[in-house]
This record gives sequence, structure tokens and C-alpha cells, in this order.
Amino acid sequence: MNNSYVINLQQIKKIYDMGGAEEVQALRGVSVQIGKNEYVAIMGPSGSGKSTLMNIIGCLDTPTSGLYEFNSINVSEMNDNQLAKVRNKEIGFVFQTFNLLARSNALHNVELPLIYAGVSSAERKRLAHEALEHVGLGDRVHHKPNELSGGQRQRVAVARALVNRPSILLADEPTGNLDSKTGDEIMVLFEELHTQGNTIILVTHEEYIAEHAHRIIRLRDGMIEADEIVKNRKSITTE
Amino acid sequence: MTGALETFFHEVNESLIMAIASIRTNKLRSILTLLGIAVGVFSIIGVMTAMGVLISSIENGMTFLGANTFQVQRTPAMMTGDPKEMVKVMNRRNITYEQALRIKESASLAKAVGIFCYLNSQKVVVAEDGKKTNPSVNVSGRDIESFLANNWIIDEGRLFSQGELNSGSHVAILGADVVKKLYPKSDPVGQTIRVDKHKYQVIGIVKSKGSVLGGDNESFVLIPLSTFFSIYGKDQGFSFKVQADAMAIDDCMEQVRGILRTARHVPPAAEDDFSIISNDSLITQFNEFTKYLKLGIIIVSSIALLAAGVGIMNIMLVSVTERTREIGIRKAIGARKINIMTQFVMEAVLLSEFGGMFGIILGIFGGNAIALLLDAQPIIPYDWVLIGFLTCSLVGIVFGVYPAWKAANLEPIESLRYE
Repeated sequence: MNNSYVINLQQIKKIYDMGGAEEVQALRGVSVQIGKNEYVAIMGPSGSGKSTLMNIIGCLDTPTSGLYEFNSINVSEMNDNQLAKVRNKEIGFVFQTFNLLARSNALHNVELPLIYAGVSSAERKRLAHEALEHVGLGDRVHHKPNELSGGQRQRVAVARALVNRPSILLADEPTGNLDSKTGDEIMVLFEELHTQGNTIILVTHEEYIAEHAHRIIRLRDGMIEADEIVKNRKSITTE
Repeated sequence: MTGALETFFHEVNESLIMAIASIRTNKLRSILTLLGIAVGVFSIIGVMTAMGVLISSIENGMTFLGANTFQVQRTPAMMTGDPKEMVKVMNRRNITYEQALRIKESASLAKAVGIFCYLNSQKVVVAEDGKKTNPSVNVSGRDIESFLANNWIIDEGRLFSQGELNSGSHVAILGADVVKKLYPKSDPVGQTIRVDKHKYQVIGIVKSKGSVLGGDNESFVLIPLSTFFSIYGKDQGFSFKVQADAMAIDDCMEQVRGILRTARHVPPAAEDDFSIISNDSLITQFNEFTKYLKLGIIIVSSIALLAAGVGIMNIMLVSVTERTREIGIRKAIGARKINIMTQFVMEAVLLSEFGGMFGIILGIFGGNAIALLLDAQPIIPYDWVLIGFLTCSLVGIVFGVYPAWKAANLEPIESLRYE
């Protein structure tokens, strides 16, 4: 049973050494399992450790102690290059601030993960086009980020996150920089992606956004406060 | 294996595209940075091109020496700045007329031996109508064989007659530059010119060979040797020019050297107290002469390149800081350290190579300006172009590695948060 988890965190602790005797315990032993095709929201006020947890799940950071298995592979002891490979192939990031390369057009932004994965140029173009069409930007491929609206930028980011067919989609406040209507559009997109079989982990501090997920993990002071299934899911439509 | 190679190729290609994009984004900054490299490379390539032109112009026989001729005179054609050497040369005895005549009689391998005598100072030549040349005309006394040894062809008029040579007549044959100056439109033959208050009747013109090494070579007035003696005296010191067959030139040179050593009583172990100048010896001397110049240029250019390299490093460090967020994004979506490294090193190398190419092109044009002046064949010093290009690639790598390493080792989370 354990083997079917995409993410398996056991007693994860993260301690930041602030210099001198001072240290901050961002995570004080978090254990969480997330299965395939789950739609999970991680919630908590600022300082609760949700960002730290996201960074660890996203292999951007390593825990001070504890076990982290990604698809049953121990990633807590991986070196930088191995982590880079996991980030490249297994995790699709969507950030609050989009984090697109400003000088590159949409197509090249989406191609980027494929470049680091060593995909050939023609194949890269094809896959990137496909991913952009998938998020409804088939006609915007040659636009640069500053020529796109906020919602369109986030769609490019989603296309980039999905282009390598990762095991999870990791979104950090994906609607935080969008107005509510555009935010809703992104949430609709997430809903669709989930229906298509993607595993989505959403980090947010907005209850309204979190309620789109199927499961909410609430953090407080570096510990899990609650881990609940959402009963009355907000069904969301484009209208 | 091919897969890994292909991946590497893609990464390099990607780095290249990104590097070009980044250089284009910061045009002014990039141009200023690569200017440093360009200056360093320009000075090397420029000097080496100029040297190459001079050497090839000597090699092409476009010199005052024909391919099969050599000249014997008291002093060498060029001297290094060594004072001991200069004193030694200055203390050499003149070559006398008798010694020169002895060569003419005994040098059996020579096709022609032209004896001549010239003044150490250059003269002003005045035409009848008062037109003057610059004080840059060489006046020399010549015998008939001088014309053969120098490959001089009489364009208009005639050579000295035997009678004129014997009697010391005041007749003169002019070089093309003098004709151009004094008789731009009229025919000089039959006119009278004046040098140092002495009047000469112009009897002929030497056909122009095209100007060489500065272009002043055809600014001369030739008078009979005997005339020269009677006006300027016999103690001026003689030079002679020997023409030999292509096959026998080395043997002929040895023969002449032997005869002259005997005539001048040079002890067997001592070095020659006269100089034999040929195309080969000119090139050797030229190389010797310019060795330190080349070395100096290389040192100065190296310092310039070093300074330019520091400039590149500085700009790359700024670039890394500015693009911290971009580096974070790249890392988050799977760039490994080596990818980031490659990208930034590539950028530094490209910057440096652009500068290098700029410098190479300028250097080739600048160096060949001298070819234009000398009417010589322009050249491209391929070896130095390659050396210059490789050097600036190396500068790019050396000074790009540290900023690239810094970029590659940024923490992804920190850099993603960087504003």
C-alpha cells in the first residue's frame, strides 16, 4: 500500500540555523502521504512552515531530518544533480509570480524543462506547442510574457509545469497575483488537469481557493494541525 | 553515448542562444566590455599584419635589391640599438675604389658588378625654371654596369657614353620621382638641372619600378662616377652591387667576400669589416630588428587583454546578480549546476570572441594600411588570427569561470525569492 504513494513524508524536520545559538524550527516532524491523482491543498498562516514544506516537497530544499520518498525513492539524501533531475522530470512548479523568463517567448519558456531533459529540438517544439494548446494559448506561442495578461502568463507557467509530464503539479499561491475572475479561470484549469489524472498540490492561505481541493492539510507552527477531506467541494465552472 | 553527446550539444546550443540574447539585451554594456578585448587583439593583429606585409614585400623582390643581386657596403642596412655594435660599425674603414675595382676584375661568378658612390647627405635639385625638389634626392656616381646590376631601364634618352664616363662630363640621368617633381608636363631630356651650384644636362630617365618601402627610392640623380670624383672627391667610400645567376648567388657571395677580405687584409678569424646585403639577409635583419618590437607589442597586448578580462569578469558578476531570479527559475525546472555554468561561461567566451573578431578585423585593415602605402600585396596573418582568436576565447573562459561558478552555486530557493 505504502508503495503507491507519490509522496511519503516521515517525521520531516527543518531547522534553520540563524547564526549564533539561535535557530528556527520551521518544521517539527511532519508526516504526510499523498497518493496518485490526489488534489491536495496545504494551508496555514504565514510562519506556519507551509512554504518550507513546499520547498521540501518540490526538492528545492532538503530536510534537516526525516525521510522523504518520492515514488518510493528516497530523495532526502540526494545530491544537487539528482535533485535537479527530480525537479525536471517529476515536479511541475507553478509560482505565485509566474516566474517566466522575461526575455523569452511563451514557446521557449515552455521548452525550457525539455531542454534540460535533453529532448531534441523538433520534439521540444512539438511538445511545447501541444502543452500551450492544452492550456488554451495555442495562438500566443510567440508572445513574450510582457505581451500577455496575468492569467495568460500563469497558463504559460502551467504549460511549462506540465510539459515534461511530471508526477505532481506543485502550485504555490497560483492565484495570488491574479484578480478573482482570472484566478477562477486558473482554478478551472487545475480542476480539468486533475480530472485528466494529474496529481496536484496547492499551497495557499485562502480558504476559498483551498476548498477547490479534495483534501486540505492545515499547518500551524511547523506541525500538521488537521488533515481533512473536503466534503462540500466548491464546484467551479467557467461562468 | 550518442544520446549524451546530443544532450550536450543541445545544452551548448541553448547556452549559445541565451548568451546571444543576453548580450543583445545589454548592448552598450556588452560593447564597452568587448572593446577592451578588441583593443588588445587589434594591437597584436595590426602589428603582425604590418610586419607580414613588409616581409612579403621584401620577399616579393619589390625591394631596391633584385632577387639575384646583392650589395656590398661599409655598414649594414639596419642596425639594432646596441651601442657596442654601432661603434664597431662606425669604425670600419671605407671600401676604396681600388677594392671595388678588384671585385669587378676577379669576381668570375658575377654577371655584372656595378660600382657606385653616394653622398651621405641628400640634395635639392633645381630645374631651369626655378622649380625645386625637396632636399631628399640621392646623388650618386655610377658606372655602366650599375644599370645592369640595378635592373634600370632607360625610359627616355640614353645611357652615359664611354666618353662621358671617362671625361667626367656634367650629364645626369633622373629617377622617376625627380621627373615627376620637376617636369610634370614637359620632357626633361635636354634640360639643365642644378645640384649644389653644379649644372648637369639631363640625358635620360630611368623607368619607374613602382615605389617600394616608403616610396622615396626613385628620388635620385645619377651622374658618371668620374664626374662624382671630380666634384665630391674620391674618399666618399664605395659600394658595389653584384648581379649573379639565381643558381650561383650564394657561391658568388662567398667569392666576393673572399676577395674583399683579402683586399682589406681581414685576419682569418676576424669577422667581416663590411656588410653584404641580400634579400635573405634583409629579411633576417628585419626579423632581428623587429623581434623586440613584436615582443613589446605582445606584452602590451597581454596586459590589455588581462585588463579586458577583469572587465569581463566584473560585468559577468553584475550579470549573475541581476539574473539571480532567472537562475532560480532555471534551477527549479531542472537545470543542473553544469547547465548554469555552461551558460555563463559561454556568455563570457562569446563576449570575448566578439571583441576578438572586432579587433582582428580592425587589425587586418589597420596593418594592411601600410600595404596600401607601399603599394604591396595586402596579407592576412592567419596564424596570428588563430592565436588571437584562441587567446580571447581563453580570456573568456578564465575570467568567466568564477562568475559562472557563483551562478551555478546559488541556492534555488534564495534566488527564486530574489527581487
